[in-house]
Amino acid sequence: MSVLVNKNSKIIVQGFTGSEGTFHAEQMIEYGTNVVGGVTPGKGGQTHLDKPVFNTVLDAVEATGADVSIIFVPPAFAADAIMEAADAGIKVIITITEGIPVADMIKAADYVKGKDCRLVGPNCPGVITPEEAKVGIMPGFVFKKGTVGIVSKSGTLTYEAADQVVKQGLGITTAIGIGGDPIIGTTTKEAVELLMNDDETECIVMIGEIGGQLEADAARWVKENGNKKPVVGFIAGETAPKGRTMGHAGAIVGGADDTAEAKKRIMRECGIHVVDSPAEIGKKVASVIG
Amino acid sequence: MNLHEYQGKEILASFGVRVQRGIVAHNAGEAVDAAKQLTAETGTGWHVIKAQVHAGGRGKGGGVKLAKNLQEVETIADSIIGMNLVTPQTSAEGKKVHQVLVAEDVYYPGDSEPAEFYMSVLLDRSKGRNMIMYSTEGGMDIEEVAEKTPHLIYHEEVDPAIGLMPFQARRVAFNLGLSGMAFKEMVKFVTALYKAYEVSDSSLFEINPVLKTSDDKIMAVDAKVTLDDNALFRHKDYAEMRDLREEDPIEVEAKEAGLNFVNLDGNVGCMVNGAGLAMATMDLIKMAGGEPANFLDVGGTADAKRVEKAFRIILKDDNVQAILVNIFGGIVRCDRVAQGIVDAYKNMGDAIKVPIIVRLQGTNAEIAKELIDNSGLAVHSAIEFQEAADKVQEVLK
Repeated sequence: MSVLVNKNSKIIVQGFTGSEGTFHAEQMIEYGTNVVGGVTPGKGGQTHLDKPVFNTVLDAVEATGADVSIIFVPPAFAADAIMEAADAGIKVIITITEGIPVADMIKAADYVKGKDCRLVGPNCPGVITPEEAKVGIMPGFVFKKGTVGIVSKSGTLTYEAADQVVKQGLGITTAIGIGGDPIIGTTTKEAVELLMNDDETECIVMIGEIGGQLEADAARWVKENGNKKPVVGFIAGETAPKGRTMGHAGAIVGGADDTAEAKKRIMRECGIHVVDSPAEIGKKVASVIG
Repeated sequence: MNLHEYQGKEILASFGVRVQRGIVAHNAGEAVDAAKQLTAETGTGWHVIKAQVHAGGRGKGGGVKLAKNLQEVETIADSIIGMNLVTPQTSAEGKKVHQVLVAEDVYYPGDSEPAEFYMSVLLDRSKGRNMIMYSTEGGMDIEEVAEKTPHLIYHEEVDPAIGLMPFQARRVAFNLGLSGMAFKEMVKFVTALYKAYEVSDSSLFEINPVLKTSDDKIMAVDAKVTLDDNALFRHKDYAEMRDLREEDPIEVEAKEAGLNFVNLDGNVGCMVNGAGLAMATMDLIKMAGGEPANFLDVGGTADAKRVEKAFRIILKDDNVQAILVNIFGGIVRCDRVAQGIVDAYKNMGDAIKVPIIVRLQGTNAEIAKELIDNSGLAVHSAIEFQEAADKVQEVLK
């Protein structure tokens, strides 16, 4: 098992023929991901990277049976692309695009809520199930197959965590990059829940950062549901000043509740194995798995 | 992007939100002219002189003063313009005041007592919706109100599909205890304010105070407006309102170079790819006994030119005693980044006087380490995250 994406996923790429879309679609295909086609309005009927291009997501779904989409569409049009995917019946919409206006994301997230689908991101590295499907921009070789699930707001910090886990002789079931924007589709709690219900996942790594309440919500959910699997947590931004945006649009300390310190305290209270040092993630995982 | 009070008020007024009127002045002479013009247009006898800087609590620092005649307008404007205004939200050195807003006096006596309220519009992150937050306790620090009298703060959540409904606007006015003319005015005010927030793509409106005047008008006496940077592409006119004088010059320079940089007070600079890893690196610097001097996300392409620019920006800070470069090479290969660092270092010659620790992990990390080690440069290399931290600790000794 794994969550969100696997070897049977049929994936389309929205923004397929653009430079980002092309580069990463190529990497995904090379990894062995089942990319069945792409969407670029106005280029329907063409072939790109040996895959069919469609004008609309609906055309792509009807022709290929696609159930997963990855979005590389520029920020000004990305929210529209998300809603188009949801409307066309895509089940998992993974949005890589960074810099989508908040007002657009409020609408898109609200639209998606009423549909039978799951949005991941935006502003995320994507989702990878090692040896099955890489639906994102992460370096595939870092992620070896195993029993540790990863949930993270950050890209390179996810790679860092995966690398540390692998160096302990362990591996990854699925790594989910949920994104660093103030409004994201899949929350930390939802991603943790998916992994908690996944038979193969033995341990979950939950990486968060300053800003918002997602990690605290997830920690409380873990506790309420009986801490069924060990969760190792890290929160980046202990040293970040209040009121400044640290790279990710959502990484900003607003009040007393969304500092790294406050989040770590709540996580510890809920039985999460919190590490203060980002260099200790892998070791902690190895020790809790035993 | 933050705006000055006068710019925020301009945006509000353009959507039909009633605001306290004012004119910007850059010197005492302009202030007197502005005061005369305001008196002619509004009949105001007194004027309020307000420093225009990006910081709250201006009144506490002496940046907002009442002038009862033109002589006072001149003296007060003269004293505020050019001063370094220190408020609870600025550093100890304060912020230099380049301009003031000369505003009409709106606390004139009349049939009823004036009343101050608080109102803000912002994103409720947990719900993914905008909300209007308001309180009967206006003109005070809202965080203090939230702590001492949380029951006096109300929220109105807006459904993104249908927008702010009239019954919600009425509820705001009722909760603020208004009736008659003032009630109607508040409904209009709230409705226009929310529309302004949405259409301008703002991420924060904070109106403190919202004033009910003695003749039952409702108006914004102050306006803190923050625009969503990601939406500025569709608001070119607002983008031009950016006042670079209010921002850290080093951060402005970094931004122009496409680097995501935040200036901090510490002694160890850092250059990292990815925002999350950058924050984690700052935290590790602290654990190693240093203090981060900056946040810097160089992004995906760490070539020689970019690395050099990043080094130069970090080194503008004299407090920097060491620099930690932490790159996780995924799609971007570590050996290319290492080459970029070596080239940048050689290019800069003697400009680098502090130890540099380079930690490269990921694709071709071993080759990259060799490249650094064989370069003959005074650069410490590492592959593991902890190793990098230990080296930072070493060089700080």
